[in-house]
Amino acid sequence: MLDGVNAANNGAMFVAPISSIRRWCNPFSRQWPLWDPWRLGVMLVAIVFALPVLTVLSFILYGDTQVMSHLAETVLLNYISNTVWLVLGVSYGTLSIGIVCAWLVSVCEFPGRRWFQWMLLLPMAMPAYIIAYTYTGMLDFAGPVQTSLREWSGWGYGDYWFPEIRSLWGAMAMLSLVLYPYVYLLARAAFMQQSGAALEASRILGAGPWRSFFKVALPMARPAIIAGLSLALMETLADFGTVQYFGVDTFTTGIFRTWYGLGDSAAAAQLSAMLLVMVFALVVIERYSRRRVRYHHHSLQRARQPRYQLNRRQAGLAVVACLLPLLFGFLLPFVQLLMWALETAAEMVDEAYLQLVFNSLLLASMAAMLALFLALFMAYGQRLRPVLVVQFAVRVASMGYAIPGTVIAVGVMIPLALLDQSLDSWLRVNWGISSGLLFSGTLVALMFAYIVRFLAVSIGTVEAALTKIRPSMDDAARSLGYRPWQVLRNVHMPIMRGSLLTAVLMVFVDVLKELPATLILRPFDFNTLAVRAYELASDERLADASTAAVAIVLVGIVPVLLLSRSISRSGKN
Amino acid sequence: MLFQRFITGLLLTSSLLVTSIPAAQADDEKLVHLYSARKEALIKPVLDQFTEQTGIKVKLITSKADALLKRLQTEGRNSPADVLLTTDAGRLHRAREAGVLQPIESEVLNSAVPANYRDADGYWYGLSLRARPIVYAKDRVKPEQLSTYEALAQKDMKGRVCIRSSNNIYNQSLVASMISSRGEVATEAWATDFVNNFARPPRGGDRDQIKAVAAGQCDVAVVNTYYLGVMLSGGKTSERAAGEKVAVFWPNQNDRGTHVNVSGAGVTAHARHRDNAIKLIEFLTTSQVQSWYARVNHEYPVVDGVESSELLNSWGEFKADTINLTELGRLNADALRLMDRAGWR
Repeated sequence: MLDGVNAANNGAMFVAPISSIRRWCNPFSRQWPLWDPWRLGVMLVAIVFALPVLTVLSFILYGDTQVMSHLAETVLLNYISNTVWLVLGVSYGTLSIGIVCAWLVSVCEFPGRRWFQWMLLLPMAMPAYIIAYTYTGMLDFAGPVQTSLREWSGWGYGDYWFPEIRSLWGAMAMLSLVLYPYVYLLARAAFMQQSGAALEASRILGAGPWRSFFKVALPMARPAIIAGLSLALMETLADFGTVQYFGVDTFTTGIFRTWYGLGDSAAAAQLSAMLLVMVFALVVIERYSRRRVRYHHHSLQRARQPRYQLNRRQAGLAVVACLLPLLFGFLLPFVQLLMWALETAAEMVDEAYLQLVFNSLLLASMAAMLALFLALFMAYGQRLRPVLVVQFAVRVASMGYAIPGTVIAVGVMIPLALLDQSLDSWLRVNWGISSGLLFSGTLVALMFAYIVRFLAVSIGTVEAALTKIRPSMDDAARSLGYRPWQVLRNVHMPIMRGSLLTAVLMVFVDVLKELPATLILRPFDFNTLAVRAYELASDERLADASTAAVAIVLVGIVPVLLLSRSISRSGKN
Repeated sequence: MLFQRFITGLLLTSSLLVTSIPAAQADDEKLVHLYSARKEALIKPVLDQFTEQTGIKVKLITSKADALLKRLQTEGRNSPADVLLTTDAGRLHRAREAGVLQPIESEVLNSAVPANYRDADGYWYGLSLRARPIVYAKDRVKPEQLSTYEALAQKDMKGRVCIRSSNNIYNQSLVASMISSRGEVATEAWATDFVNNFARPPRGGDRDQIKAVAAGQCDVAVVNTYYLGVMLSGGKTSERAAGEKVAVFWPNQNDRGTHVNVSGAGVTAHARHRDNAIKLIEFLTTSQVQSWYARVNHEYPVVDGVESSELLNSWGEFKADTINLTELGRLNADALRLMDRAGWR
């Protein structure tokens, strides 16, 4: 069953493979020379892609404590409590939606199951800030829902209670609705991969379906679920658009405000460092929960279990449970966007618009491929050289995922500009020519930022897939005369095909939705769909923004569908 | 084999990208590079007119002002930008402080732009005025009940005021102007009472505040007028209906005047097309462009005697605060801290 398509089916997102730890602890393992190219290469790549984060963190050294103590006296507590509540709320939301739906579609049989199976992934294509704008347009006090409620009932302001969408609760709901697919994706794969024997045994021993779920299936899927959750939470911590629009002050908005409003990059860096500590805590929790990971992947055969046939009432409930997140996370906002788009399409869709689509596709596919190649190199390097320093380097290269795009952008700008300037000066002095901005003014800067931000996603996926390939495969291939890179190309890559696709697609969708770094780093006369949607939406021109937003969602759906197709295939194998 | 096909496709697109990266551009004489905090839709039409009339092509990047400023700083002498355009004076001042602008001498600009709307040394020039008065619900508030920004902090306004977050630069500038005229202590006392009068925690943009007034969630709001203008002239009937329920009140007419900010521009320190840059800024102060701002984006012309729009005229004449806008930039961080202490989210 090594041909399991999908990273999805393993939770090892940010965690060193157990096999490598085992090897590392092995006193008989070979030692590599200091100049070993694999080890140096991995470390070099890690340093390059950690540079932006390190640049930002280095500002801490320049600061005085005055601004920080002002923050501590006034707003810091608010940042912390909002961020913590947001993390808790999104955990609750994504876990409950993700696990319930994953369990229903992978273990039970009910009408529409096949459809739900892939449609539940659709909210992934919806950027969080877009869903936030859309719901605000619909549910705000002055929006159509409340206005018609008032007209219908004759109430005025203060006569009735209505949930306030632009609040901490609203932010939790919005982020949960678009981020639950991460949990769903990984949990579903885990449930499908579970050996049915364990579940059968528990039923035979007298446990009811609920008890079997909580005592057997859920604990077995836990590592995958936690891995999905940690992805969702990192996205939550890095979110800027939603919380900014909802007026919820979190670390991200605080960093932005401190940096630009107070003009203090040191205090902003200190806030970023605090954010990193939170991320680190998440990673540690995730790692801790996965410490027994290898117990989960040793069943070599997986009997295909018949699904539980739900009775009529149960099936009804199951349909409702799957329909709700789909409805609120995708259908409803998408239909609203489409309605707006139809109003304005005549004005907004022209040649420039097609150019936007092309630019977005270009950036997303480039970044996805680059991230994949780097991830293959890093993960395979880690497999070949399972020493602490290499593992540390791989973790360091994955740091950017939880850092807000705005911060990454500044971290990218500074080293690249420095590089440009030294190159330029050197050329001027020695050759009398000027190179200008070779890196920082071009798409190179943008690519660099994307990789820094999303490398973690592809590394995690590739790493998880590699972990499942037994080391004996490597040994066999090597003893038959393959060089290490030939092993990767001819043995591992074909085996991991599905996971590699997953890695590419996830980064693709992420880059498509990415906003802050694109906004800051893009070259002259170069716009993307996300930039266009944001510019119009932040100008409170939601209807005009909708054509671009619809395009982001539509383009994003394609890889999401490919993703779910590859997963359902793996289920059939 | 889906995967292989996918990869092939991606590689093809990637090679396209490589060819689409422009080679290092030669210093074309007929060119000017613009970093604009004004969004594309609100600047591109004017730039097209400029190109048509002068033959000078404009290369454009739009982004947030802070990001553009940061980008200028890090790019240093290699920066391709010739002009920085922002939508508030505070950022222009910050750009000057950061050393990314250069002073220019232009008779055209000096005579067109009043002295308090430009930098004394010619580092930047205001291009349009953005007034930030009070709007009120016509059916619940009588204009006689309103007088000044200061009065919005009085007890009778408890629970009736809407305003956006202190993250917003327009609020930061408003408070900076108050610090400048009344001092920090008095302003902080005002801000504390003002925050207590909020009908709801600040959220959303200026249009949202207007809608909240129209819907009855609050009675007055402090907003920039052009948001109201866009609502009234835009295509959406619900927005127009909301806009029609409110009216504009010009506060502080008996003392310093209503708070105004400018959008403005300056020539960058390392501009390679300096002459074209000056030409562009001068073009933005011609009456043709000035009245375009008034008609399309409902901002007040910075140049005296330019025909504005019917809508702007319908809101009446007003006395604008004559504070030198450089002050707004200087006091920005103080204003922000003050708002933090007052609990203005």
